[in-house]
Amino acid sequence: MTVSLFRQTRHPGRIGWTDILSYAYLALGVVLMFGPVLWLVLSSLKTPAALLEFPPSLLPLTQKTVTVPGHAQPLELYRVRMPDGTVRELAQVRRIGIQAQMLDPADPATIIRVPIEAREPIREMAFAWSNYTEPLQQFAFGRYFSNSLIVTIVATIITLIINSMAAYALAIYEFRGKALMLLLVIGTLMIPITIVLVPVFLVITQMGLNNSLWAVILPGAATPTGVFLLRQYMLTLPRDLIEAARMDKASEWQIYARIVLPLTLPALAVLAIFSIMWRWNEFLWPLAVLTKSEVYTLQIGLNAFQGELQTQWHYLLAMTVMTLAPVALVFVFLQRFITTGIANTGMK
Amino acid sequence: MADASPPTRMMPRDALAARLWQAASGLLDRPMALVQRLVGGNRMAWIFLAPNIFFFGLFVFLPIGINIALSVTGGTNLFLGDRPHVGAAHYEALLDCRSYLEPGSCREDHFWKGVANTLKFTLFQMVAMVGTALVTALVLNRKIRGRGFFRAVYFFPVLLSPVVVALIWKWILQRDGLLNAAITTAGGQKILFFVDPGWAMFWAVFVSVWAHMGFYTLILLAGLQAIPADLYEAAEMDGTPPMRVLTRITLPLLWPNLLVVLVLVLIRAVQTFDEVFVLTGGGPGTATVMIVQYIYETAFANQVQNFGRAAAASMLLGGLLFALTMLQLWFARRKAA
Repeated sequence: MTVSLFRQTRHPGRIGWTDILSYAYLALGVVLMFGPVLWLVLSSLKTPAALLEFPPSLLPLTQKTVTVPGHAQPLELYRVRMPDGTVRELAQVRRIGIQAQMLDPADPATIIRVPIEAREPIREMAFAWSNYTEPLQQFAFGRYFSNSLIVTIVATIITLIINSMAAYALAIYEFRGKALMLLLVIGTLMIPITIVLVPVFLVITQMGLNNSLWAVILPGAATPTGVFLLRQYMLTLPRDLIEAARMDKASEWQIYARIVLPLTLPALAVLAIFSIMWRWNEFLWPLAVLTKSEVYTLQIGLNAFQGELQTQWHYLLAMTVMTLAPVALVFVFLQRFITTGIANTGMK
Repeated sequence: MADASPPTRMMPRDALAARLWQAASGLLDRPMALVQRLVGGNRMAWIFLAPNIFFFGLFVFLPIGINIALSVTGGTNLFLGDRPHVGAAHYEALLDCRSYLEPGSCREDHFWKGVANTLKFTLFQMVAMVGTALVTALVLNRKIRGRGFFRAVYFFPVLLSPVVVALIWKWILQRDGLLNAAITTAGGQKILFFVDPGWAMFWAVFVSVWAHMGFYTLILLAGLQAIPADLYEAAEMDGTPPMRVLTRITLPLLWPNLLVVLVLVLIRAVQTFDEVFVLTGGGPGTATVMIVQYIYETAFANQVQNFGRAAAASMLLGGLLFALTMLQLWFARRKAA
């Protein structure tokens, strides 16, 4: 027997049962992880009528219609098995009980009566792009989107600056109280927003920031995760560089802004990705502090829609896709960055 | 990166962000030089720390004090000056139960329902999350084709927002959804998943595992890859059966990582709110209400905003989290030692 069950293929070039099992597990994983998102995207392109179908069709299909002179409405096309065994494409004029009155679009004058079980709808792919365009016009979806964008960008910039400054202080200097400051930063890790929801709300209200985007941006701007991540990276920078700059009469601020920060770029990039992810997806705190719909972020807006639009899944699904699209793009381009960043820091 | 290459090589001269930063930080050159002359070079550390510490103070440390003050005062006013002192009344109300095993017998039955649900959720979720993450990490650690792709497949839901995750699954699990279509096609009856308390809890756990397992898989995978390969080679030469390798080499060496993941899952599970709130709304009835939902609703969503009661409940949750975090630090230290 062999060890490789938990390590590698038994014999290079041959495939053992454990490999088959592994690939089966991974294939199931692909279906289970990708399937739901794919189903969301496909569903979001269906017309409201197609969404009501049960059992649902996989692809966004709608019944083909044809405009026939003499009929105001477009008529639905069916494939009909005629009594003589031939199959014809006919348009339905109306249905009376178990009989359908149909006509051949080429010969609209003759009405043909067929039993309804002899006909079968002709369907074609049709993408309901209006699911995407209409929410942008009818609801404040665009507003929520831009609110989220502002929050994400401004908050990430603030986080990068103040976290890198603190990290610089804790990485480069030796001073009294440094250990205490480090402990303080660790301490904040233990106090998530779930614990201080009400008092932070009080502080924000006292500052007069209720129902402004600043209320969402400020409380999470200083992150212990970011300080540690950047400090760890700055500790690896050569000290000679800083000493040399001091010799050249560079001020401490210049050393930070011109020398250390540019060298910390890889770690800053990881923190930027984390921060974008946190801010774009943030839910509980904005839910508590934002009560006016003009300042809703995308997540809060989407949650409000799902309460109001229970019957309008076609809009809701399209808006969900639009909400996840930016994240999906970020992931496609920065996947390696993100996964190695998390594997190295153990944080998200 | 270790050599003293000019910073401009790391930050392309033409990058807009770099230029903006140079301009913005340049504006501070003179004021900061002045500050440095006033306080001295080494005390600049405090200047660099100041903004971050200010934010921590304002939004973390000060709020803890306020939270304690809120939890011992009553009324519906938010500001402390307008709130009458009530002593431990909120804590007494929260802890007033005839039997702690029956949420219905408690004065604040909603809170205890939340506690019971959170415990149930946490227990199921921990087993399912760590189990699937471990199996996935073990599979991904083998020599498989396309490992990067599969790793990405399991990981990507981690980036999705809780609202998006919940809506994706709500759409699949609704009465006329994909899953019920599959069930009826197989000859079964439609199941109303969000009307049945058991199913609602099951899907709450399932969806949260779906969304977050990729993160823990990554951590465990990093741990697995740190196990020295020669241990496996030696075992192979000795002809050790694979199950024995798992129990004698892989799991013992992965154990410190596994403990960290376990506690991390625990800390997050206790604070569960977003996905479950959007997925089930806490329903049916109160079958999936969690502690955090109780806090949120008591303070913000109920007709009468009871800030004191919510603050007291978050103090209790905070105490629990503190204990769990200490546990985590202890494990982390043991791992390092």
